[in-house]
Amino acid sequence: MSAAQASTTGRAPAGGVRWLTLRRRRALLPAIFVAPGLAWLVVFYAIPIVSQLWVSLQTGNPDDGFAQTYNWSVYPDSLSEYHTHLVRSLGYAGLATILCFVIAFPLAYFIAFKAGRWKSIFLLLIILPFFTSMIVRTVAWQTLLADEGFVVSTLRSLGLLNVLGESGRVLATPQAVIAGITYNFLPFMALPLYASLERMDRGLVEAATDLYASRWTAFRKITLPLAAPGIFAGTLLTFIPAIGDYINAQLLGTPQQYMIGNVIQSQYLNVRDYPVAAALSFIVMVIVLVIIVIAARALGTRRLSEAVAA
Amino acid sequence: MRTRVDRIRDVLIGAWAVLAIVYLFIPIFVIVLFSFNDNKGRFNFTWQGFTLRHWKDPFAVEGLSDAMVTSLSIAALCTVISITLGTFVALAIVRYRFVGRGATNTLVFLPLATPEVVLGAALLGWFLTMSFARGFTTVLIAHVMFTLGYVVITIRARLEGMDLHIEEAAQDLGANQMTTIRKVTLPLIAPGIVAAGLLAFAISIDDFVVSNFNAGQTVTFPLFVYGAARQGVPPQVNVMATMLLGLALVLMFVNVAIQRRAARRDAALGPQPARV
Repeated sequence: MSAAQASTTGRAPAGGVRWLTLRRRRALLPAIFVAPGLAWLVVFYAIPIVSQLWVSLQTGNPDDGFAQTYNWSVYPDSLSEYHTHLVRSLGYAGLATILCFVIAFPLAYFIAFKAGRWKSIFLLLIILPFFTSMIVRTVAWQTLLADEGFVVSTLRSLGLLNVLGESGRVLATPQAVIAGITYNFLPFMALPLYASLERMDRGLVEAATDLYASRWTAFRKITLPLAAPGIFAGTLLTFIPAIGDYINAQLLGTPQQYMIGNVIQSQYLNVRDYPVAAALSFIVMVIVLVIIVIAARALGTRRLSEAVAA
Repeated sequence: MRTRVDRIRDVLIGAWAVLAIVYLFIPIFVIVLFSFNDNKGRFNFTWQGFTLRHWKDPFAVEGLSDAMVTSLSIAALCTVISITLGTFVALAIVRYRFVGRGATNTLVFLPLATPEVVLGAALLGWFLTMSFARGFTTVLIAHVMFTLGYVVITIRARLEGMDLHIEEAAQDLGANQMTTIRKVTLPLIAPGIVAAGLLAFAISIDDFVVSNFNAGQTVTFPLFVYGAARQGVPPQVNVMATMLLGLALVLMFVNVAIQRRAARRDAALGPQPARV
């Protein structure tokens, strides 16, 4: 007897739940447990996401209201207008993900195998900065990178200002935005990497080197494949939220660095062209779902959610 | 055998790790330092001398303390609602087989994998469609929605690491399911619930993007900072951020202490599978 059936056929007679058979009661319990949380997610997550499609096909303006006209042309129109932002988002997110991996892998490797009794301290240190508000941290980067800020003035006093190129600026460049995104998502890469390395049996590497594999071969053939779930999870946890990020572009960049998130935000909150905003956010969601499905296929749903959850 | 090359490699990896940690702490250092900056004018970009005046009067800036109170209230309410809903969802997923279990798992996981801008935009679109006024309530609704997944996953991990025999023993001794959950399961997963609650609180109080879309005229702490960023962030923001960091440190130590005590109690209850 399933929970769903039980909740429909198991109409409680006069005495209420007490009179149901034991089997039915057992089936009813998980339904009662799950219902409130599930309802919350359906009403405030699933339906809103799907309703984006509905909103995107409307036409009208914020003053007179919007009406449903099934205006599918909003998709080619908004794509042709904002594809540069979309491509830029994917590019910035991709670069930031690679940088995160390059920075985080040795860090995770060190914590998992070399840190010894300092292990938990290092893990704590990775998480701790993220207990200050993300927006305050990004403003702090703005302070550091500003034209009159620490980085630029240090370079100036060292006579190295020309390394910054013609503009002589750090802030308001693509590099600043990408560095900001990298900073923001570093723990999301480092922690899954650490979790998968930590679970690994070091004896395998020893066995490989005993069998005359070089250190490098052992790393390539054993450590990297065993870290694969962590690499996968870290890449997803970094890349996907980074696509939608708009704070770094807003605070560390200029409109020339704006990403798709900036467009969605301004279309929804400033321009109030809801259909275009909804269409763009629906497109982003579709891209994300495609990535997740590909990842789930490649790794298996169970292993994927395990790696992400760890 | 460890060769010279191995030792050099280890030192290099260690140095890299320390540099990465330093990178993570650079802005934190700036935030704390500039809370003591004796800034002239609106901007707090360059160091102009040490002062304690912002610490003496952290509430001097109009709107900032209100924003902080709003953020703390939303985070507290969100934590309570989220762990209440999340504990039961986690219990059902781990302890029962039921129709829709897979779908529930997916629905819990998906909001975590959705970019925040999509979460915020979709909810705003939905509230607009429903003509639901944006404000405190909508921000709270949104925060519960995206913290719920983290809560379920955290508590699920604790439940999965738990020894089933204890619950079976309770039922063998005549306890019914609800009594078992109340007297055995819940006390044993309490550390997981505490950890999940801290996580939900931290995520809620830090949220900018989803709140940005759904707050209407309500101002939370991150929204205040964002609004102030254009005209120069007052040093009091740094003071509050530093205090929050201190609070986080304290809570983290409390959490570690609770987990340690739970680990000792688990050890006393006998061998069990390793916890994730």
